Amino acid sequence: MKRIHSPVSIRDLSVAYHRKPVLRDIQFDAPEGKLIGIVGPNGAGKSTLIKAMMNLLPLTSGDVKIYGKPYKEQRDLVGYVPQRESVDWDFPTSALDVVLMGRYGKLGWFRRPKAADREFAMDCLDKVGMADFAKRQISQLSGGQQQRVFLARSLAQDARIYFMDEPFVGVDAATEKAIIRLLNELKAQEKTVLVVHHDLQTVREYFDWLLMLNMRQIAFGPTSWVFTADHLQKTYGGRLTVLPELPDPVAVTR
Amino acid sequence: MNFLSQASHFLSDPNTLWVLSGTVLLGLSSGVIGSFAFLRKRGLMGDVLAHAALPGICLAFMLTGSKNPFFFLIGATVTGILASMAINAITRFSRIKEDTALALVLSVFFGVGIVFLTQIQHTNYGNQSGLDKFLFGQSASLVGDDVWVMGGVAIALLLFSLLFFKEFKLLCFDPGFGRSLGFPVGMLDLVLMLMLVVAVVIGLQAAGVVLMAALIITPAAAARYWTERLDRMLVLSALLGGMSGALGTLFSATTANLPTGPLIVVAATVVFLISLIFSPRRGLLAKAVRLARMRKQAARERVLHSLYENREQGGSGELDTETILQKYPIPRRRLKSALASLMRDGWIQVCKRNGAFRIRGTEEGWIQAYETVLRTRMTEVWMMHENEIGGNLREEGTGSVTGEIPPDLFEPLWNLLVKHGREPKWKPDAGSIPAGEGGITP
Repeated sequence: MKRIHSPVSIRDLSVAYHRKPVLRDIQFDAPEGKLIGIVGPNGAGKSTLIKAMMNLLPLTSGDVKIYGKPYKEQRDLVGYVPQRESVDWDFPTSALDVVLMGRYGKLGWFRRPKAADREFAMDCLDKVGMADFAKRQISQLSGGQQQRVFLARSLAQDARIYFMDEPFVGVDAATEKAIIRLLNELKAQEKTVLVVHHDLQTVREYFDWLLMLNMRQIAFGPTSWVFTADHLQKTYGGRLTVLPELPDPVAVTR
Repeated sequence: MNFLSQASHFLSDPNTLWVLSGTVLLGLSSGVIGSFAFLRKRGLMGDVLAHAALPGICLAFMLTGSKNPFFFLIGATVTGILASMAINAITRFSRIKEDTALALVLSVFFGVGIVFLTQIQHTNYGNQSGLDKFLFGQSASLVGDDVWVMGGVAIALLLFSLLFFKEFKLLCFDPGFGRSLGFPVGMLDLVLMLMLVVAVVIGLQAAGVVLMAALIITPAAAARYWTERLDRMLVLSALLGGMSGALGTLFSATTANLPTGPLIVVAATVVFLISLIFSPRRGLLAKAVRLARMRKQAARERVLHSLYENREQGGSGELDTETILQKYPIPRRRLKSALASLMRDGWIQVCKRNGAFRIRGTEEGWIQAYETVLRTRMTEVWMMHENEIGGNLREEGTGSVTGEIPPDLFEPLWNLLVKHGREPKWKPDAGSIPAGEGGITP
């Protein structure tokens, strides 16, 4: 089946907090079935962009379309992984319960999760290697394990597009591997994943496409094209003291 | 026994039974709503709403001239909403943070309420007597009608909590994610706040403006100590709240001149203190015991390490306490108790020579020391090479590193130890090392 609409299509997007512009001139069409990294310095508006795409903050201008329709009509197609620090993990609930929250959107008001939802949630936990921890209270999990629970919750949303906010921050090696495996699995299923990322060393290894951001859009395109010293300079300016070793653009083959 | 006989005498009085049912219902409903408020980090909101209810109640009385609880509820709800809107506005449009905004709004609304109350008392409203009871509450004034209203409202609140259970859980844990799913988080917050207002208002007559906040938050805070599941926490909080209500009422009935409302709060506080200290996992006592155990274990390991390292470096394997303390500065008292426990296990021998305590390992002790050192060093190299080796030596969940080395990691870790020159170089009698440790010993 040929799809006419891009999974995420953004036109002329700007966001302002307290009259201070945080993001402006964002405009891109995300290709389907790609792992798309969003990079930029601290305060570049990476998380803001993710939130803006999901209507979590008011836009100053612009337009976001998910498969050609506003987010409001396409919620079921979008999975979300917020930053791990955005919640208090000392909450009286288990890992499985958190993953079940991913089913709430499809359940709608007042309906309780059924046995089938539980099974689905267990499968999602299993996919991130956390099945053994299903009954564990969430504050008893390590940071990496908590991150994996959040990833499992987004899998439970059974979406076609995933927005992930800094999933690699502060996780152990096992979790990093689990996340990479998961991202590639999602890609194999033709899902589109947008990931806020901070580690320039791993950008080329992890992502097919890249959005480079510093309050405005610096570059958007296949990683091998846009991840250049010039763009990095524009994105990070003088703040980037050590540029990752870049291959000669001509020599790049993918 | 005296208390019980008095209590049973009290229970035979149908009028006072109303009071008891009222306070129990109150504890139940405020316990449940309080749990959500507590988890939403709106603990102080109960206090603000209770104080803001006073001007609402006075206004309702001034406008209608009646003491109908239903009008009071409406008045208190209106001022409660105004108060929470004021807090939102202050935090949003000024540099003032939420804690200051809460304090400001609480005192301003309460002040206005007191002004109204004084105004009412100085004007001839006829039947104003009893309105000032809302300040500190007077459970004894509860009559059948009040209790019916309280019962109805409590049941409604419980039903609502049941109905919105999933939504409130999402709201309290991760409102941002909830919004991304399409749940109107602001609306849910409003519903929760309205339920809080209602819970506060039905409690005002019994507990009063000043103490009502304690009934909202204390049972929830106590319940949190006993469970790691939200549904159980709600039930427990309701039970603890109801129990506090019953205990407070019974004590006040059996003791002369002690007011019910404050006694309910005291009962709830006692329940909280018991939870704080004695709850099995989160309680202070359990934490202290865990810490003491960990410290003892650490001290024991340090003694074994010192002995072993001395032997490894070609020493006699006999140390005095001062040498150990120099190497690992731990409180002398703790070293003493570690030595005593190692002696009880038969791992070390201690003898006094030249005024100093000399310590040496027993046959069993040397094997244990070797194992401990090996485990510690393997864990160290695992941390350095976690990426290549994989596996998990971190004690599940806590992020700390202790415990046994999994058999499949033994060989690669041993090779790494050799590479780093960190393998334990002195071995106690090879034949006595348990075969379970992999037998990789070179």
